[in-house]
Amino acid sequence: MIELVHVEKTYQADLATPFTAVDDVSLSIAAGKLTVLKGPSGSGKTTLLTLIGCMARPTSGRIHLHGLPEDTLPELKEGDALEITSLPERFLTAIRRRTFGFIFQQFNLIRGISVLENVMLPTYPTGEDHQRVEASAIQRLEALGLARHLRAPVDRLSGGEAQRVAIARALINDPLVIIADEPTAHLDSKLSEDFMELMGQFKSSGKTLLITSHDPIVYGSPLADRVVEMRDGRIVKGS
Amino acid sequence: MIQHPGILALLLASGLVSLLLTAAGWQGFQILRGWNLQSGSEGQLDLERRTYLVSTLVTNALVIQILSLFLFIFTADGLHAQFVGAMCAAGSLSANAHGYPTLLIKVATCLVAGVWLILQRADTQGHDYPLIRPKYALLLILVPLVLAETWLQTSYLVGLKADVMTSCCGSLFGQGRQGLASELASLPPRLMQPVFWISFAALMVSGVVLLRTRRGAIAFSVISFAFLCVAVASLLSFFCLYIYELPTHHCPFCLLQKEYGFVGYPIYGTLLGGAMAGLGVGALAPFGDRKSLTSALPRLQARLVWSTLFLALAFTLIVGIWMLLSPLKL
Amino acid sequence: MRAPIQRYRNILDFALSSLLRRKGRNLALICVYTLVIFVIASLIFFVQALKREARELLIQAPDMVVQRMVAGRHDPIPTIQAEAIRAIRGVEAVQPRLWGYYYDPVFGGNLTVMAASDQELAVDSVWVGRGVARSMRVNEGDLISLRGYGGQPILFAVQKILPEASELVSSDLVLMSEKDVRALFNFPEGLATDLAVTAGNPRELATIAAKIVELFPDTRPIMKTEILRTYEAIFDWRGGLMVVVLGSAILAFIIFAWDKATGLSAEERKEIGILKSIGWESSDVLLLKFWEGAVVSLTAFLSGVLLAYVHVFFFSASLFEHALKGWSVLFPRYRLVPALDAYQLTVLFFLTVLPYTAATLVPIWRAATVDPDAAMRS
Repeated sequence: MIELVHVEKTYQADLATPFTAVDDVSLSIAAGKLTVLKGPSGSGKTTLLTLIGCMARPTSGRIHLHGLPEDTLPELKEGDALEITSLPERFLTAIRRRTFGFIFQQFNLIRGISVLENVMLPTYPTGEDHQRVEASAIQRLEALGLARHLRAPVDRLSGGEAQRVAIARALINDPLVIIADEPTAHLDSKLSEDFMELMGQFKSSGKTLLITSHDPIVYGSPLADRVVEMRDGRIVKGS
Repeated sequence: MIQHPGILALLLASGLVSLLLTAAGWQGFQILRGWNLQSGSEGQLDLERRTYLVSTLVTNALVIQILSLFLFIFTADGLHAQFVGAMCAAGSLSANAHGYPTLLIKVATCLVAGVWLILQRADTQGHDYPLIRPKYALLLILVPLVLAETWLQTSYLVGLKADVMTSCCGSLFGQGRQGLASELASLPPRLMQPVFWISFAALMVSGVVLLRTRRGAIAFSVISFAFLCVAVASLLSFFCLYIYELPTHHCPFCLLQKEYGFVGYPIYGTLLGGAMAGLGVGALAPFGDRKSLTSALPRLQARLVWSTLFLALAFTLIVGIWMLLSPLKL
Repeated sequence: MRAPIQRYRNILDFALSSLLRRKGRNLALICVYTLVIFVIASLIFFVQALKREARELLIQAPDMVVQRMVAGRHDPIPTIQAEAIRAIRGVEAVQPRLWGYYYDPVFGGNLTVMAASDQELAVDSVWVGRGVARSMRVNEGDLISLRGYGGQPILFAVQKILPEASELVSSDLVLMSEKDVRALFNFPEGLATDLAVTAGNPRELATIAAKIVELFPDTRPIMKTEILRTYEAIFDWRGGLMVVVLGSAILAFIIFAWDKATGLSAEERKEIGILKSIGWESSDVLLLKFWEGAVVSLTAFLSGVLLAYVHVFFFSASLFEHALKGWSVLFPRYRLVPALDAYQLTVLFFLTVLPYTAATLVPIWRAATVDPDAAMRS
């Protein structure tokens, strides 16, 4: 599904104190599996997620995406792979919208607007039919047990509810891959286990899952097909 | 200088456009110098971010530019009362030597900026910034053009002194006088009518040929520009006579006034828009071989050809209907 | 084709809801913006309305007036010269006019006293303008007393008060018979204040004027178009001067707008980061910010124009009447005729909205190009 070859990301390269967040990482992530990136904070897990998820471009190295829909970028296909490292933001965003759903550590919901609007927000720039998007957002929220809160502002939600809103939002574009960054950092053990159960459902529906965590509930879970351990921007175990 | 609020507005607008485009040009220059798409370095990412700034600046500048083209004519028209003998914008514009050149260069900058935006549009369709170099090279041409315009317009407006004897549009565009404008006017309708219809037909035919065979983009572009010139000459030569219902009034500006139902706006709007789209087709033609544009470019070109044809047809329909309904018969 | 339109609509919706969520901040901006537009709009509308009034005033004026000059000053002209001028080719009519100013010490203002050309007006009776009637507190049928040249009071019966429609033109006017004018001012017979000349073809006026000067070198012909031009120039100049003075206000506003746009709150910055992280692209955020700016500008523009309209046409521009009019005390308390035209609005748009937009472009771009991964690194 995703293949990284000698990927490196350096910040402040032109300053005296360059900082290499991801250092020469080669990794391939299988489709339909749950992969956990494990490591202490500052080990480069999150940066690696942003590179894989087309949010940022690596300083060097290559990233190939396999198994994308036929019409993604016909001019770019090399076999069945798409090489995304030197694409402009416009195209990276287009790929990201269809391929990746993100669940952020801080949930990243927009305060002051309703749960429903928050979930629909990723579809605004694509110009899809508003009513159809709304119907599908409501359906997803109901499936996650949030039917009561559709019109409530997100500020009033509990941590667990907020995360489920974030999950509904990640699913709105029906992505192939779900990426979660430290999803259980703000949840108690019960909610963390609920979260993993939900991930299990997505996995059985065929989604590829990529989660960073240093929570044993996540990397110790029987659902995790593979655990990759990172430290100081390098993979130390499990590649 | 006449301290008319309209003049101040024009000076402000041209100052702003110069500022925006100079900034855009400077950014463009840096982009051209440091561009390396293969690199993922922060410098390159920063340059890519700046392409958004440049297109934002140029888009805004173009909108101001088009608005100020009409404001310029309108202001010149409003000022005519201050010049003995001037009856409309035509008189005000000839109050000093910079009036007509300003108008021409304003039209030229509008066209070039329009073409630039078409290139920009095409560039965003390709995944590897296929037109980055030609696009910013064109921008570097646009900047001096706009600076020249600002200079010309400022000299025109600052040099205006009320009471300078000027010819009114009646005599300036009347028969038998020297100068560019009167030569346009003195082109006889008997000659211009067939020329107009021939160039209209040529535009349509070349458009259809281009759509069918995907060949002759440059020719189409040239013809569409020629059509703009012929259409303006025909407007001066005979179309406007039907609109004014006067056999001697060859003025291109009074069309914009209320007395004639503001018909000048759709007339010049369709002409300007058509010329932009037509020139855009030609400007895109050399880049048909860019790999990342193989499917996007023909689509964009076809859309531009359709726009050119539609706008030319709309222009012809507007003036044609006026011609048919006019009580004046030449 | 529907998707792009839907995109515009979605993002516009979101822009509106964002503006409403930050009411306080945006309200302050809109208020200042409205104030700037209000002041400049009032000015432009007012100058325009005065120009139009002046133009209407002059419609009734003769094509050309011939004055006699003595030692560089305006002097009565012999009425015989009218005959000679009438003989010039192209002249249709020559009308000697008899008029002068009368200073009324009671209310401290000048009246324009004029001989009525029509014969309806009986001796010892007058028609007066609204302004005169108001100042002297007279109605039709009352008597007014004017001091003759020798100081003796002369009584006139007010036969009619001139209609309101032409107030600017006739406010300070007192019309009486020719005989009464001569008696009031001791104006000798055979002389007139000036001669009004009408030409068959207005285009020939310049030629006629040249012939008059040739015939009577001590005369000065003044054409209506010249007066019109002078009025226009003076009003434009005053209006333009005020705009230049107000330029500092515009500049202050632009700095304010720049500051507002640059100083995005942490909350707003975070929101843009979130939008980018969930699949919005730089150009989507640019569109969002464009809509926000357009809504702010449009709101401020409409409310500023509306306020200025009320100010100028219902309250007669009371805020800067004195700076611009500079007329005698008797200047009519008239109401300007309401009118707006596209040109004035365009000029106003250029002077206010364009600088605002230009000032916010770079800050907007900066905000829109936040890295999408910024939201994850916080």
